[in-house]
Amino acid sequence: MTLDRRSLLKTLVAGGVASTAGALPAAAYVRKTAPPGAMGMLYDTTLCIGCKTCVVACKQANDREADPGPWREAKLYDAPVDLNEDTKNIIKLYREGDTTSYMKAQCMHCVDPACAAACMLHSLQKDTITGVVTYDPAYCVGCRYCQLSCPFNVAKFEFSKALPLIVKCELCRHRIKDAAVQGANGFTRYPKGQGPACCEVCPRDAVIYGRRDELLAEAKRRIAAAQGKYYQDRVYGERDGGGTQVLYLSHVPFDKLGLPELGDRPVPEVALSVQEGIYYKVPFVAPVALGVALAAVIYRNRRVEEVRSDEGEAKS
Amino acid sequence: MDALHGGPLTAGPEHGTGVDRREFLKVCTMAAAAVGLPASVAVKWAEAAVAGLKPSVIWLHFQECTGCTESLLRTAHPALAELILDLVSLDYHETLAAAAGYQVEDALRSAMEKNAGKYVCIIEGAIPTKDNGIYCKIAGRTALEIVHEVADKAGAIIAIGSCASWGGIPSADPNPTGAAGAPQVLEGKTVVTIPGCPANPYNLLGTVLQFVTYGTLPALDAKGRPMFAYARVIHEDCPRRPHFDAGRFVERFGDEGHRLGWCLYKTGCKGPATHANCSLQHFGEVPGAWPIGIGHPCFGCTEQAMAFRMPMHSTVEIQRPTPPDTYPPIHAEQGGVSPVAAGLAGLAAGALVGGGWMAAKKLGGGEEKETSPDKGA
Repeated sequence: MTLDRRSLLKTLVAGGVASTAGALPAAAYVRKTAPPGAMGMLYDTTLCIGCKTCVVACKQANDREADPGPWREAKLYDAPVDLNEDTKNIIKLYREGDTTSYMKAQCMHCVDPACAAACMLHSLQKDTITGVVTYDPAYCVGCRYCQLSCPFNVAKFEFSKALPLIVKCELCRHRIKDAAVQGANGFTRYPKGQGPACCEVCPRDAVIYGRRDELLAEAKRRIAAAQGKYYQDRVYGERDGGGTQVLYLSHVPFDKLGLPELGDRPVPEVALSVQEGIYYKVPFVAPVALGVALAAVIYRNRRVEEVRSDEGEAKS
Repeated sequence: MDALHGGPLTAGPEHGTGVDRREFLKVCTMAAAAVGLPASVAVKWAEAAVAGLKPSVIWLHFQECTGCTESLLRTAHPALAELILDLVSLDYHETLAAAAGYQVEDALRSAMEKNAGKYVCIIEGAIPTKDNGIYCKIAGRTALEIVHEVADKAGAIIAIGSCASWGGIPSADPNPTGAAGAPQVLEGKTVVTIPGCPANPYNLLGTVLQFVTYGTLPALDAKGRPMFAYARVIHEDCPRRPHFDAGRFVERFGDEGHRLGWCLYKTGCKGPATHANCSLQHFGEVPGAWPIGIGHPCFGCTEQAMAFRMPMHSTVEIQRPTPPDTYPPIHAEQGGVSPVAAGLAGLAAGALVGGGWMAAKKLGGGEEKETSPDKGA
């Protein structure tokens, strides 16, 4: 195969044009806010007694198999060690010296979810009314970008199945049938059997279900009532990672519970800024530079080969 | 009615026990509480009893040990056995009837005629079906004939005990008499089954008294068992459950764990697969009077799939596994590497590197050898 200088340049130019043609003019990233009817949960580590009733109820409500974990032989217990393809909700334990805390892990239902942004076919979407991050397996191709993008490591993939799906908490949306009931103190209540199973069975209301704005107000009320009781007097999820609809109050640092300090920027915004940096902010340069560098390598290799074959011809 | 508003109350002329009003109402209230009915029904019962409107009960005995009747008679709560005699009119019961022979058979016939379509038919014991049912006969008639005749005109049919519910011991392999339970024999009819060996008498009382009071039967599951008693498995309400969750098991009878009252699962307890309320409603109101309470594994007497079929000390599969009393850490270690695996991987990597090194050396040498003749050429 021969590649003359002219055709190489032609290819390079064509490639450079193609790589930049798709880039749209950059619009400032619009920060998303939770819809007015956003639903969520509030988990308070100081109230949780670690009874794991929520883990049992979640499995029942979502029809998931038990994971015997270390007791695989005897199948005595449902003992998952982390969220997995059969576990959408789990109670974990943080222990360091005398400090202990339980931690309930499930989907955080981000205001601007990274998984939905990463999902190429919109199998994962944010409900426009309730803000629940929903999963529709109809379009899922199993790429697992959602799994990689999630800052809380929530989305799980059914590796053990022939036709695998993504498994994550959907706030028991299949149980919700009709409207909420306005309860005492203006706090919205939900008919039994129509909210997330975990919140319904919690014996100490350590995790409660409701509208996000009401839950946030409740969390702030608890902080105001007992200054210094909660870590940094702060509600995790109010702004973290662009805000989440599942809110946390904790007496230990959040990062100890596996809730990373994400800052206020939503993950998709960070990802988009990187992409924009490469493809738009400094137009043409990054893709063209990459193409030029690759071309230089190819050109050099060909030169070496030609020199060698010339040498061989000369010698023989 | 006078009796209810003061004055002595006799439960009926035929009894003449002379129970006073206060005592009688107390007994009624206790019975109502024991079977989960509101206290207000106690007055209703008392009124009905005084007015002589006691519902008729016909109790049939077939292939069984009479253990269910015995346990009913031995209920320790005050006068529950008397209560069922006072509140209902037990017109036919082979064990308890004072009469015998033709006399008691007449009682059966007259009770059936008088209360046709209203009486409660309680069946205790399995019904032999092989060879036209000749293996159990009463007054010259087979159990099959009797049960069809009595059940046809009954207002409610209740099968008490595992034998009547699905065959029980008489139906155990090789089942020489073709014993079957009442629901199998009376196909197409609603039969309330109260399995157990013996059945807990309070479950029978609850069902009978609800029918007596409201004319309705309790909610039943797919096997005809009242949901109030059989909706949950024993394991769910077992007093030894915390030991199960913590992984503390009796390994052998008489060992340290057995003495300390640990979980009996490994000694063959069928509690995790047995639907019954034994763990909540102990027998004869004696605290702890039930198999697990006295340190023996549950043998699944209410379940056709297990009782008299499964070896007593073999373990069952846990139907609804729940989390143990341990917690995963925040960042769970998954797929940990064992020292052996690490060693093997190291060996493999070493072999690859060594082999690669040698191969590269040889390749280099070969090239040199190949090129050397060229040079000469």
